[in-house]
Amino acid sequence: MSGAEKVHVLPRAADLGLIGCHVCRLVCRQPPEDADDMACPRCGSALHRRKPATYTRTWALLLAAFMMYLPANFLPIMRTASLNDVDDNTILSGVKELWINGSADLAIIVFVASIMVPMLKFLVLVTLLISSHMRTDWAQPQRARLYRLVEFIGYWSMLDVFVVALLSALVRFNVLSRVEPLPGVIFFGLTVVLTMLASMSFDPRLIWDSRDSDD
Amino acid sequence: MSTTSLEALQICEECDTVHRRRAMTRGEVGKCACCGATLEHFHSLNPNTMLALVFTAFIVFVQANLWPIVTLGLNGRHSSTTLWGAIITMWQSSAQVIAVLAAATLFFFPLVKMLSIGWLLWFARQRRCAPGFVPIMVTLHYIGPWTMSEVFVLGALVAIVKAKVYFDVVADPGIYAYAVLTVLITIFARVDMRELWDMRMKDSA
Ligand SMILES: [Zn+2]
Ligand SMILES: [Zn+2]
Repeated sequence: MSGAEKVHVLPRAADLGLIGCHVCRLVCRQPPEDADDMACPRCGSALHRRKPATYTRTWALLLAAFMMYLPANFLPIMRTASLNDVDDNTILSGVKELWINGSADLAIIVFVASIMVPMLKFLVLVTLLISSHMRTDWAQPQRARLYRLVEFIGYWSMLDVFVVALLSALVRFNVLSRVEPLPGVIFFGLTVVLTMLASMSFDPRLIWDSRDSDD
Repeated sequence: MSTTSLEALQICEECDTVHRRRAMTRGEVGKCACCGATLEHFHSLNPNTMLALVFTAFIVFVQANLWPIVTLGLNGRHSSTTLWGAIITMWQSSAQVIAVLAAATLFFFPLVKMLSIGWLLWFARQRRCAPGFVPIMVTLHYIGPWTMSEVFVLGALVAIVKAKVYFDVVADPGIYAYAVLTVLITIFARVDMRELWDMRMKDSA
């Protein structure tokens, strides 16, 4: 088996009987068996070898996020009303409007932040969950890099939410011109929060727990 | 292994590989040899400089929140808003979820972050361990990913561009204060929290 050659040259915490605190990163000696509720001597947080219930939590949060993501994209997020015109904007129509009005660069930024990033997060986290569950050593460095990418860009999706909040507070010229938030923006905000929670509850250490490193 | 050797070790947060800690030179970033995650970067934590930085950030933060961000003009009428103006509008337009999210990620969490780091550094400067050190450090760990000032600055830019099509738009001092704040926050976000933890270990020893 080719996996036999990929021996971990570097020791992992479990091999040395060590455990790292997930909160303050203190290196502790691994508690004796069945002592799973040991607390970190420095910060008092519970010590875990892996984040607790990582698969269940991540899947559940991801599913909830996806259920919010659909209305977030199909429902309008903002209503612009002027004297003789009422217009409901979805995320996509907002991007189109920026594009038409000659701000192609911002249109691309908003498109990436609001539409591409959440989709990327779903795809990446599902891939990570399934591949880690299979305990494969396939593309480990790449998967680790994808996880970091998702962690790093995730919160930028809040962009559109802040745009709607600012425009609603600014455009208040009574009957002449008004902007109001619509329910889509709430679903969108919840999508962002839930995907952030999902990626936080996924434990990237699982990527490296392939079968041959354990045996 | 003896007890002392534990302090010379560090465990990668992303793949659980054990590394030996070593002295870092200026500008150096330690990467995990297994997964490539950042293990630690060089940071000469000079409490005095950091404290001055946190204090500056706090003043800029107050101004960013008091000053209007953008002003719109339409047929001689004007309308401007601050961050709290936007939060209150969202609350009143039955988007309370968004109001709470914005208040937390743009106001309360950044504020808590600045005040706590300032508090810890104030005592670190006197080589003392701040009262409430452990709960404060744990809180900082959890609110870390939930501050979004930089996203808000970009959001204001997008809002300005969108509004420009229909209104006269003037960017107000608040948005510049926010931009400066973002830079300051990025600088002290680089404070290695572990360095603060280690400082405490030395004190109690
Ligand atoms: Zn700890
Ligand atoms: Zn690593």
